[in-house]
Amino acid sequence: MGTRRYILRKLVQAFITLVAILIFNFFLFRVWSPGDPVSFLTRGQGANISEQERQALIEDYGLDKSTWGQFTEYMKDTLMLKLGSSSFYQGEPVMSVFLRFLWPTLLLFGISTLFSMIIGIWLGIRSGWRRGSLFDRTSMIGSLVLYSMPEFWLGMLLLLLFSSTLGWFPVGGRISTNAYELSGFGNAIDVANHLFLPVLTLTLAYIGQFYLVMRSSLLDVLGEDYITTARAKGVSERQVLRHHAVRNALLPTVTLVALSFGYVIGGAITVEVVFSYQGLGLLTYTAILSKDYWLLQGMFLFFTLAVIVFNLIADFTYAYLDPRVREA
Amino acid sequence: MQTPPLHVGIDAPIGPVVDEELPPPVPPGSPRRIRWARRRKALHRFWLAFRRDTMGMVGLAILVFFIGVVIFAIFADTSGTRITEATGQPLQPPSWDYPLGTDNYGRSVLTLTIQGAKVSLLVGLTATVITMIIGAAVGLAAGYRGGGTDTVLMRITDWGLVIPWLVLAISLASIFGQSLFIIILVIGLTTWPSTARLVRSQVLSVKERAYIERSRALGAGNWYLVTRHVLPNVMPVIMANTVLIVAIAILSETALSFLGLGDPFSISWGQILQQANDAGASTLGAWWWLGAPGVCIVLVVLAFTMIGFALDQIINPRIRDR
Repeated sequence: MGTRRYILRKLVQAFITLVAILIFNFFLFRVWSPGDPVSFLTRGQGANISEQERQALIEDYGLDKSTWGQFTEYMKDTLMLKLGSSSFYQGEPVMSVFLRFLWPTLLLFGISTLFSMIIGIWLGIRSGWRRGSLFDRTSMIGSLVLYSMPEFWLGMLLLLLFSSTLGWFPVGGRISTNAYELSGFGNAIDVANHLFLPVLTLTLAYIGQFYLVMRSSLLDVLGEDYITTARAKGVSERQVLRHHAVRNALLPTVTLVALSFGYVIGGAITVEVVFSYQGLGLLTYTAILSKDYWLLQGMFLFFTLAVIVFNLIADFTYAYLDPRVREA
Repeated sequence: MQTPPLHVGIDAPIGPVVDEELPPPVPPGSPRRIRWARRRKALHRFWLAFRRDTMGMVGLAILVFFIGVVIFAIFADTSGTRITEATGQPLQPPSWDYPLGTDNYGRSVLTLTIQGAKVSLLVGLTATVITMIIGAAVGLAAGYRGGGTDTVLMRITDWGLVIPWLVLAISLASIFGQSLFIIILVIGLTTWPSTARLVRSQVLSVKERAYIERSRALGAGNWYLVTRHVLPNVMPVIMANTVLIVAIAILSETALSFLGLGDPFSISWGQILQQANDAGASTLGAWWWLGAPGVCIVLVVLAFTMIGFALDQIINPRIRDR
């Protein structure tokens, strides 16, 4: 019974957050932004916008109405995924631009998160288990340095070393310019080749947080009474670690990491810029440079929505793994 | 306001206070002098604990070095940082005249890096002040008042935590224009939620302690309780958090400048890296151009993080060696 109520409460909270974000987005881009909304949203087109286009825009999005009128129009449009049209991409709807750039980012982000999670958690377990050992101290300093490093700088260094000096990898982009000549398998190789350095950068950049959280959470668990009990019962050290310590230590790691998703996105944006990797990060950068506010607004909504969904998943995972959460 | 006449410390026995159970008489001297002597002693004890933390001391040493760099930068000649007054050949590797080489305009990378220290640290520290003020105020109000205030403030805090900070900062900076002021404001406005949560949780535990109740029984008002009892007890945690926030703020400034949202007229480490990236320094093999500013960022952020960890450990002995 507790489970259903817990899920419902989390869903309602997520919904309220979503509505708040939608309202905030409206105020940010339509009300607080300098100038009237029409000239603000079309700033990217500069003087190129014709009077007809202007009128069409005002008509389509109700930009001449009162703030309240604009707001209802905006909510209706947004719920129907009508997010305006990008000036940089010659009037292509923001939604379709977005879908084109989505999968490269998912690929990059997914692979690097997976790698850094496996490596970081593994390092964290070894480190926490042998606290104070040489391995522990080395990996501690290493992950602190990685944690203090701007992701894009790490990317620039790797680019300098592996692309321009050693020439092992292409200097940027998502696929080669002659990719259309390649066969299916050649295509996959080409994509992987371009993906390698960005993935390496983000993996290294994210290891730090997984490592630090896993290590401190394992240390917390190792101080618990049931670990002492297990040892007193004569359970082997290996069993204590695998069945008693790690299982419980993984819990906070799962949530903490999912909750830091908002920070992680930041890294992905700058790294895509360094490698000119055509994903959502580079798209956001393009939107800033060309003052394409329709696009920027869409990006803002998308990234926030992604964080809300991730937090929900984290909450549900936690509740599934730890029944105590549901009862509370 | 005057201190209440009774001196009931944290370690005083809980229960009805009768005359015989009062703590030993206060040593002679004015209350003010006693208070300062006590503070000096606490500070000394703190320093002794801090000195034993190798990581914290290394961090402090790095920080002192960079404070020296900033002081030097304030008095140094800045003419070499203007594109029109560049003296060297473009993109020269390190030489005797240009120890860290030159950028694509022929400016000395060493001069740029030294000047960049000013803005990077200024933005980091000022943004942190904003973060701490908002975070502490929200956390104190939510934790101390509880009830409806708590619910509303914590919902807002949760929204703040949910919004991906860089995306929000990008939107704000790109809408309201580029200036140091906006950058500082944007970083301050996007980093406070985690501080608010931390302060709140501390306040919740401090608020329940017996001496608060006693003080209230003696007639202390809310303002007095918060400023004299709750805040001083939460302060150590706030300080440790502040140091860690500075690290985050400096990284944030770097990322925003790198995306071209910084103040175009002031040099910062992030801005040097942005220009290097725009000019394709990595593909040109100009390692000297991106090396120095990046190393400086890592060192400063590392220094603040290490000091913050050390403070955390002293204040909160439960966190064993991290």
